Amino acid sequence: MTRPVATRQRLPLALLLPAGLGLFFLVLPLLGLLARAPWTTLPRRLAEPGVLTALRLSLETATLATLLCVALGVPLAWLLARVEFPGRRLVRALVTVPLVLPPVVGGVALLLVFGRRGLLGSWLDAAFGVTLPFTTPGVVLAEAFVAMPFLVIAVEGALRGADRRYEEAAATLGAGRWTTFTHVTLPLVAPGVAAGAVLCWARALGEFGATITFAGNYPGRTQTMPLAVYLALETDLQAAIVLSLILLTVSVTILAGLRDRWVGTP
Amino acid sequence: MTVPWIRAALAGAAALALGLTGCAGTADGPAAEAGGGRVTVFAAASLTESFTKLGKDFEAAHPGTTVTFNFAGSSALATQITQGAPADVFAAASPATMKTVTDAGDAAGDPATLVRNQLVVAVLRGNPGKVAGLADLARPGVKVALCAEQVPCGSAARQALDAAGVRLTPATLEQDVKGALAKVRLGEVDAALVYRTDARSAAGELDAVEFPESAQAVNDYPIVVLKHAGNPDGARAFLDYVRSDAGLAVLAGAGFQAPQNR
Repeated sequence: MTRPVATRQRLPLALLLPAGLGLFFLVLPLLGLLARAPWTTLPRRLAEPGVLTALRLSLETATLATLLCVALGVPLAWLLARVEFPGRRLVRALVTVPLVLPPVVGGVALLLVFGRRGLLGSWLDAAFGVTLPFTTPGVVLAEAFVAMPFLVIAVEGALRGADRRYEEAAATLGAGRWTTFTHVTLPLVAPGVAAGAVLCWARALGEFGATITFAGNYPGRTQTMPLAVYLALETDLQAAIVLSLILLTVSVTILAGLRDRWVGTP
Repeated sequence: MTVPWIRAALAGAAALALGLTGCAGTADGPAAEAGGGRVTVFAAASLTESFTKLGKDFEAAHPGTTVTFNFAGSSALATQITQGAPADVFAAASPATMKTVTDAGDAAGDPATLVRNQLVVAVLRGNPGKVAGLADLARPGVKVALCAEQVPCGSAARQALDAAGVRLTPATLEQDVKGALAKVRLGEVDAALVYRTDARSAAGELDAVEFPESAQAVNDYPIVVLKHAGNPDGARAFLDYVRSDAGLAVLAGAGFQAPQNR
């Protein structure tokens, strides 16, 4: 039963055909945007003051949300992957709730907790005079809520796939759990953390529903690119297409750059 | 050796075919049904309560006919219609948004003015912030939600504020009037400029403060049968029904005013 090399390397059509169709399906709407883009008025539209403000706010809030997700999500992923505790399966299910929750509902839920009359929000307001709705930190919070599961799932997967013998060896050599985590586990799963962070950032950048519900919409303060696109759509389809193209170009450029640099090509 | 390969290919093709027909089925559904006894009405968010009631009344008066609604910001609806969304009737909250549809050649005939609507200040029940008029909205510490200027309630708010000479920085510019109303209901803002009809729809939770400058920003609500209506007869019957005395009585009950030309 020796197989010739040539047959073995031939690509199976049963995979190639649906793969091509899948790619086509994902790319086609993008082509639609490009086909309908008002190329002649593009430079003038790019120079409109609101555009850069919204883009900068989007990039800043998505980056801050990603940092928040990494700071809280990596330890959470470690807990889920490495520590046996009762109810772990339930906790794992709870972590994925923001993935299935419609973002608008997520926004209302955030208001009920962090809003002016919310469970924590009323206390924050009374004790520190801090209100989160309608502020830029509110945007970061909304984006982090929606994007964190992407990071946790990616990092937990990387932790489960990582060879535990290195950690066990470190432990036998006398390293504590914290030292093992920082010196062995973290370097081992760094590509997974980077991949998760990139995914998390992309999700935060495109966030719309939770943001407009929890943080509202005000130019320069809470109006991110997706909100600007939605409002532009109300009056001016062409402007909405231009804004979408900018967001796409910037995000694809950054994501492609990061992939090659940190995540590595698989 | 070739058998598993063929089986895999067949399985793949079958799955693909299933997937494709599945998608096509859902896409065809609503369009195919529109030709029957179904009238699809695209209406401004502020018409939600009164049109839902009128739809039920119309269905009762015309057995076998179902009315389905798509309520949203007028401008979003206008965009959906000019991009080919299957609708029979369009009721907008401003002539400007209606003009988008008539300019695109998507209307059958000229729009008729159905009703008019005026702005009020919606505040929490009991008016804890003691808002008496537009000027109070500019007080420090008063959080206000307005509609974005791209939607009719936002441009009306802008006109009213300009007429009153009030300058304020709102906490948020909402994408439609219901969004602004929800922010007051949740207690996240102290006041919002919404239509009288929207404030009335939330009368149990909210109070409405009338202000004289709202006369400077009265919105006409045009309604029209669309050119590509799948059910033009049903569409015309629905339009006649909402413009009948019975229909206008329901609209007046919701807080709308009769148009001036009637």
